[in-house]
Amino acid sequence: MEAVYLDNAATSFPKPGATLEAMVRYQREIGGSPGRSGHRLSIDAGRIVHETREALARLFNVDDPLRIVFTKNATEALNIALIGLLKPGDHVITTGLEHNSVMRPLRFLASHGVELSVIPTSDRGELDPDDMSAAFRVNTRAVVMTHASNVTGTIMPLKEVGALTRDRENVVLCVDAAQTAGALPVDVAAMGVDLLAFTGHKSLFGPQGTGGLYIRKGLEHGIAPFMRGGTGSRSEFEEQPEFMPDKYECGTPNTIGLAGLGAGAAYILEKGVDAVRAKELTLTRRFLNRLQEFGGDVALYGPAEAEKRISLISFNLRDITPSDAALFLDEQWNIMCRPGLHCAPAAHRTIGTFPQGTVRFSFGFFNTEDHVDLAAEALRSLLQG
Amino acid sequence: MTREDPFGVVLFESVSHALRAEKISKAENIPCKLIPVPRQLSSDCGVCLRFSVVHRERVERALSGQLDFYEIVLL
Repeated sequence: MEAVYLDNAATSFPKPGATLEAMVRYQREIGGSPGRSGHRLSIDAGRIVHETREALARLFNVDDPLRIVFTKNATEALNIALIGLLKPGDHVITTGLEHNSVMRPLRFLASHGVELSVIPTSDRGELDPDDMSAAFRVNTRAVVMTHASNVTGTIMPLKEVGALTRDRENVVLCVDAAQTAGALPVDVAAMGVDLLAFTGHKSLFGPQGTGGLYIRKGLEHGIAPFMRGGTGSRSEFEEQPEFMPDKYECGTPNTIGLAGLGAGAAYILEKGVDAVRAKELTLTRRFLNRLQEFGGDVALYGPAEAEKRISLISFNLRDITPSDAALFLDEQWNIMCRPGLHCAPAAHRTIGTFPQGTVRFSFGFFNTEDHVDLAAEALRSLLQG
Repeated sequence: MTREDPFGVVLFESVSHALRAEKISKAENIPCKLIPVPRQLSSDCGVCLRFSVVHRERVERALSGQLDFYEIVLL
């Protein structure tokens, strides 16, 4: 029996064939180190990395692809942004829904003299932009927030928050797009996003070990890199270059991974983000409808309407623990899902599910309505236990 | 363009810039090629964009405002 993979919010699976083919092609036919030598195979490797940058720039409406820095994941991107930007005495605002990739760097900074405000959301994960508006101080340097919660699935009011930060000089909007890049339209210009951290291995259909950070023009002067080393540029100098993207990209990059990421991003550009969203919305709506069959036996978290969510759904079943439910689904039904806290204790405190957590189903572009129906059938059998 | 033609090169801060310049130039149908930076110009390990001198103005126009580059050198 084939595994039914409902853990796409952790990492997407399967990937488009084009992702794998691009990785094999790079390693079989090119293999050079990008930007490190002048020979053809090095230039071809550099071209692959650059084309990946261009595809992502198109996807996020970034006018200059060199504003995108590659990292190993969204967490590294967020750390570059937050640790590099915030200084003792600065004030930073975030939400009560954040993943530890945001929360842990911020808690660290808070223990080193940065003032931190955490704006609560409703128990469905909905943020009132007025609450955020009231939190600004004269020394506020940044608002850091997720584009959509990895626990409740709630899509956050980025545009409204972007309007708040754009109105204030010196306030930077840093967005964690780990769950949304590739799955929802992301337009850094229209949304007023100054820093966008993304991962490659979720809805962008790249392999694990890829991600990046968009940095608005000029902002790099206020963000110190936390790594320094060889860049293939300015080799006669022993100091780190100040220009993008080399300032933050040192050491040999993950070229094979970036080849896959470029192909994944191209796949999304070809299908269209709107088509991806439409498909995932259909699956989400179908599963929300199926959950209603179980009445009070299911506690659903996050917004009731599919339109307000990305394609993940957290829930609990009567008195069955999330881990027991996940083990049953894996062993008896070949359904892969994720129980627990999802690396986001703050979000679980917000919705009242700390410390036991929830069961999370996350649908992807390659899931089908049959998968949704099978999942509903499996939950029925578990409840009838 | 053969190696014997008089040519010029554009020098950049990094290979990322050079690759972007190549794309911009090719989109304008300007024949060009990425080559290792000639030894007499720099000991850096980077690449530069080579073009025939007859295209000098077109290259400069295509890149201006789009991309930072150090300089154009005729060889």
